[in-house]
Amino acid sequence: MPTLLDKIWRDHLVATDGQGQSILYADRHLVHEVTSPQAFSGLRAAGRRVRRPDLTFAVMDHVPPTDPGRARPLADQVAEAQLAALEKNCAEFGVRLLDMNHPDQGVVHVTMPELGLILPGLTVFCGDSHTATHGAFGALAFGVGTSQVEHILATGCLVQAKPKSLAVTVTGRLAPGVSAKDLALLIISRLGFGGGAGHIIEYRGPAITALSMEERMTICNMSVECGAKGGLIAPDQVTLDYLQGRRYAPAGDDWDRAVAAWQELVSDPDAVFDREVVIDASEARPMVTWGTNPAQSCAIGGRAADPAAIPDPADRADAIAALEYMGLAPGQPMEGLAVDCVFIGSCTNGRLSDLRAAAAVAAGRKVAEGVRALVVPGSGAVKAAAEAEGLDRVFTEAGFQWRMPGCSMCLAMNPDRLEPGQRSAATSNRNFQDRQGRGGRTHLVSPAMAAAAAITGRLTDVSRWEESHG
Amino acid sequence: MDKFTTYTALAAPLDVANVDTDQIVPKQFLKRVERRGFGQVLFYHWRFLEDGSPNPEFVLNQPRYQGAGVLIAGENFGSGSSREHAPWALADYGFKTIIAPSFADIFAGNCVSSGLLTVTLDPATVGRWMRRAQDQEGYAITVDLAAQTLTGSDGFSCAFDIEPFRKQQLLEGLDAIGLTLEHAAAIAAYEEAHRQPWQAAVAGPGGQEK
Ligand code: SF4
Repeated sequence: MPTLLDKIWRDHLVATDGQGQSILYADRHLVHEVTSPQAFSGLRAAGRRVRRPDLTFAVMDHVPPTDPGRARPLADQVAEAQLAALEKNCAEFGVRLLDMNHPDQGVVHVTMPELGLILPGLTVFCGDSHTATHGAFGALAFGVGTSQVEHILATGCLVQAKPKSLAVTVTGRLAPGVSAKDLALLIISRLGFGGGAGHIIEYRGPAITALSMEERMTICNMSVECGAKGGLIAPDQVTLDYLQGRRYAPAGDDWDRAVAAWQELVSDPDAVFDREVVIDASEARPMVTWGTNPAQSCAIGGRAADPAAIPDPADRADAIAALEYMGLAPGQPMEGLAVDCVFIGSCTNGRLSDLRAAAAVAAGRKVAEGVRALVVPGSGAVKAAAEAEGLDRVFTEAGFQWRMPGCSMCLAMNPDRLEPGQRSAATSNRNFQDRQGRGGRTHLVSPAMAAAAAITGRLTDVSRWEESHG
Repeated sequence: MDKFTTYTALAAPLDVANVDTDQIVPKQFLKRVERRGFGQVLFYHWRFLEDGSPNPEFVLNQPRYQGAGVLIAGENFGSGSSREHAPWALADYGFKTIIAPSFADIFAGNCVSSGLLTVTLDPATVGRWMRRAQDQEGYAITVDLAAQTLTGSDGFSCAFDIEPFRKQQLLEGLDAIGLTLEHAAAIAAYEEAHRQPWQAAVAGPGGQEK
């Protein structure tokens, strides 16, 4: 009766301390420039080495600029110092690094799965909350802090109390024109901003198994946005088809043996979860956030919250503050709201299928005057594949900027950012205050919705709009 | 890490729910490669106006809360990213304890590594502490981790729960890495037993991948 979480947990137990903490083995440790410098300094200060450099993979993704002419040293000296520190640390400790100019460089959570590094049943840790993405492969994956990054570097292990399990069963199927991103936003709105706290969510049910690997990554990626530690989807044929033949995936006999071992990776039929929630996918519509956390969302045809109608005082105060920050009136309709900027990219929606969905809307059309529209491929491989299909030309002919891979305007730690008061439609995962630039107002949407917003200059129901524009 | 000893400090009320890590430390300050100094930029966008001068409206800028060591906050404190800059900033500013109805998981775990105690209490009790810190100038709270109690300067008091491991780590200022390395034999045995090609070495150690 174990759940998938139970099985992976049990398989990685090195020891327990008798006080509820487990020492868990780390099969993959992903590293980026923002959360690692202090960890490597700690190692150096204590005279420690990296225990498993062969299982540690680093990439530069948060601070690199995304303009086509980008080059080191970066103009931003503090950002440059971070890249230089990562370079030096990786060289000194023998860690593989995808540097800014590497063909596979990109957002850590886009690049590492593409390389076949993320496999079912593994534990995957990274100093980044969206490590949750990798749960899409049936791997136990979650974000850790810098002290834990140092801990994993030094010991190959993470000390953790076991999270609780939450089954989110998604029945039915998504209506045409409704994407995995919309489903993720729906799930978060149902669970609430802190509703998943302390849990690993296992997504299951027909609407989940029907998703592609890239869509599953979008769903698991957003698990953290309801406070959960991570998401998990049992591996199946879709997973195997995605992995087979990738650079670091097992091959030949090893592949067959791996596939046989992975058959176990499913929650038993009588598994007991700490909590269970059922959501009907057919209720999902193209979604948009109106507030300043990802749970504050509605269908595009809907309205921003009316605080007067919110009974809980804390939620009401939250909604009032969010509306004020977002420059919205209570109950204001979301459709038709003018945007200044559109961002298509990030570890949520920066993969090839996302760019295809956006390009299908953009093809043969023009970005509305005055709208700045950025397309930032999630990785070098996504960029190359998109260019091979001619998506870059679709975007540039429509007036979008076609940029280099990186986190970009997802969190604006590089030059891509909003000006105070600017409103954006973004395919990323967080609409927190100031995240895309101080005073910036972010509406989270799917790639197709973002592209439609760029074309019309307004938040637009892409499902209806597609019918009429045909 | 310093040992967490019983102490008494001024309490500051931050009556806001869902305070996220981007608000605790805006990301333009995350590019530093050191651990120290983040206290200067704690709650930057709330603490400082556009021109960089202190925002007199923000609660921590009020003279009566200078030197506060206990922060009382709303639910879901520390949501968002796993970046440890948030606890570093809170600790560097001078906070040693944060009281709230709930904390984001990763954040709460990160706090231990910075020697910060997170105390989770039911919302009504947090409300009582909050109102005292708002209404009574100079209101201080004594935090006794060993006894798991909070006691206010007016005698108001409550007990709190904490995971035994976290408590021990804070009280003894333990080096978590050193503790795990005591299990070196178990780690090596685990590695020995898990040598499937997809579990074990996936790449030789080797500097920059080209
Ligand atoms: S794309 Fe955004 S969410 Fe993803 S790793 Fe980068 S900054 Fe974090």
